[in-house]
Amino acid sequence: MSGIAPEHFFVLSAILFVIGAFGVIARKNLIIVLMSLELMLNAANLAFIAFSRIHADMTGHIFMIMSITVAAAEVAVGLALVVAVYSHRDSLDIDILRMLKG
Amino acid sequence: MILWIILIPLLGAAFNGLLFVSGLWKKVLKGDEHTEKKIVSLVGCGVVLASALISTSLFLKLLSMDPSQRQIIQELFVWIPSGSFTVSFDLLFDTLSCIMALVVTWIGFLIHVYSTGYMHDDKAYAKYFMYLNIFIFFMLILVLGNSFPLMFVGWEGVGLASYLLIGFWYENPANADAGRKAFVVNRIGDFGFLLGIFLIFFVFGSVGYQEVFGKALDPVFMSAVPAAVITAIALLLFVGAVGKSAQIPLYVWLPDAMAGPTPVSALIHAATMVTAGAYMVARCSAIFSQSVTAQTVIVTVAVLTAFLAATIALTQNDIKKVLAYSTISQLGYMFMGIGVGAYTAGLFHLVTHAFFKALLFLGSGSVIHALSGEQDIRRMGGLRKYIPTTAITFLIGTLAIAGVPLLSGFYSKDGILGQVYDRGYALHWLLALITVVMTAAYMFRLYLLTFEGKTRMTDEVRHHVHESPFSMTIPLMILAVLSIFGGYLGVPEFIGELAGIHESNLFDKFVSPAILLDNFVAAGQRLLNHVTLLILSIAAAATGIAIAFYLYSVKPGTADKIAANKNIEPLYNFSYNKWYVDELYDYIIVQPFRYLCDLAAWFDTKFIDGAVNGVANILKETALTLQAAQTGVLRSYATLMAIGALAILIFIVLWQKF
Repeated sequence: MSGIAPEHFFVLSAILFVIGAFGVIARKNLIIVLMSLELMLNAANLAFIAFSRIHADMTGHIFMIMSITVAAAEVAVGLALVVAVYSHRDSLDIDILRMLKG
Repeated sequence: MILWIILIPLLGAAFNGLLFVSGLWKKVLKGDEHTEKKIVSLVGCGVVLASALISTSLFLKLLSMDPSQRQIIQELFVWIPSGSFTVSFDLLFDTLSCIMALVVTWIGFLIHVYSTGYMHDDKAYAKYFMYLNIFIFFMLILVLGNSFPLMFVGWEGVGLASYLLIGFWYENPANADAGRKAFVVNRIGDFGFLLGIFLIFFVFGSVGYQEVFGKALDPVFMSAVPAAVITAIALLLFVGAVGKSAQIPLYVWLPDAMAGPTPVSALIHAATMVTAGAYMVARCSAIFSQSVTAQTVIVTVAVLTAFLAATIALTQNDIKKVLAYSTISQLGYMFMGIGVGAYTAGLFHLVTHAFFKALLFLGSGSVIHALSGEQDIRRMGGLRKYIPTTAITFLIGTLAIAGVPLLSGFYSKDGILGQVYDRGYALHWLLALITVVMTAAYMFRLYLLTFEGKTRMTDEVRHHVHESPFSMTIPLMILAVLSIFGGYLGVPEFIGELAGIHESNLFDKFVSPAILLDNFVAAGQRLLNHVTLLILSIAAAATGIAIAFYLYSVKPGTADKIAANKNIEPLYNFSYNKWYVDELYDYIIVQPFRYLCDLAAWFDTKFIDGAVNGVANILKETALTLQAAQTGVLRSYATLMAIGALAILIFIVLWQKF
């Protein structure tokens, strides 16, 4: 463990976050968008736990566990919505799903 | 027991209202109109008779009691429990409320009976009797309640009944306007009354009569209360009385109130409701007698009202308007007596006035009925031949109000005049004496122009003239008898002494226990003794009658010539136009108020509405502009969010750097 400096965690976290953000912005499939979203979330989790380790403070741990729990619930709801959208519109292409245009 | 006096008229109103006014009888029960009128009359009059009989039985019960113990209190329930403030729904039947209840129920009964004839062909017959019963109900609450809030309930209730009945023939907008005017003007008085009650609670910590008056008569308690506060309470209560009892400056509603059916004018606007103010002041004698300032104000207002109304009555041509101004003038007499502290004298005039003014109004109603709705005395004349019963009873009423000796008005009026003089208000007495001349003059002018001389009716009207039915003439006869003999119940002591009868004033003896405080202060020096006062008073009445006879009977037409005289004409116009008081009020109150309203309306449409609509418009325009940003493309939202987050991040980093 000693070979890993704090910067490594943050660089990894940042890379994961940017990949996730890119996925959300660039991909068209709703499921991929959701997955990218999860990636961003886990990047944040990684940052939390890294800080927790550096500062020797358990708050980060608790935040992370909390975040994972909420994410699980969110994914359950999100995927249910995806299924519902698909059964109604026969498509998961977010460029087609633009009914909220003002 | 007392409760039933109040409740029975309410039940009558409810019965007539639910069965007939609602249309249940016609629609569901398929009843005919003839039977309907019979039942309505029977119930409407019957309930008032029942109340009258119960009141009388309680009156007899009072008589059998020890004079100092003569009061019955019926405690019913706690009406408003609110911390330290509680109002009980209690009824009080003492000698004062007894007199009022007897007047209200018996005169009320006679007028109900009269109404069955007068209103016989009216299409809203049941509604009329429902309103009358409601009036009796509230009037009895007013006089029998045992606390100020309860009196106020009755006070407002009779105002409502008055409003409903003035505007009874509401199809004519003028009548509806008159009703509104009465309501609004009364509201000013009610406001004063309410403030008075608040101040009473503030000072005495209670609103029940026994607690308030008990403390008011307690010298220890009163030593801590500034005299100015007592004066303020008395004057505020008097403001209420001014509104209800039509004194200066709030009398203007009463002449207009003649728009209602004539029996209503007799019952509400002559015999009972308008005397509520006098009753209230007498009830609060414990407070009024402790403020000489308030008493002086009352006497002065009263005597000016009596004088002013009499001058106006001299020239009016509407038979009911003359009587209306006469009522205002007579109410002035009542307040003179009550104002100087001679409460029983004022109350006795209230009673006799109820007799003869009800008689006069019902008589005028009979005339109007006979002449198919004609009210202008210039188109009457010589009616004695056509409607003799009405003419004779009207003459008796006229003699009584003019103060002709041996009739009721003479005793009650001289009781007041004597007291006013005895208590040192010599100047007021003089003005009141001049008013006696005018009273006799305008009443005989009215009688002579209506019933004597050559007839000025049109042929068509003359063809239809008929004496009224018995249902109308019998109440007239009963009231005529009361107008003659009613005075002997309260012959003022100084007149009784002249005839060698001691303790002649039975009325005073009976009512006195309910008058808690009478601060009799004899005048320091007196120029005139009682006999002179009496002679002057009789001479005044005789002068008035003589003037009227000369102008309208001996040399008819002289009055018109005098009125047309250059020097007198402005005076005549002044009186004929009622001192231009209505115009004055219109100019100084109504018009400025209208301007204020216009200003408020302008401010409302321009500023308030402008602000509200402006905010809405701004939001609408902004929303329309920003709508373009809402593309519905998820990826553009995400991009924008990412850019935004990035921008914030960069901003924070740069912020910390510099």
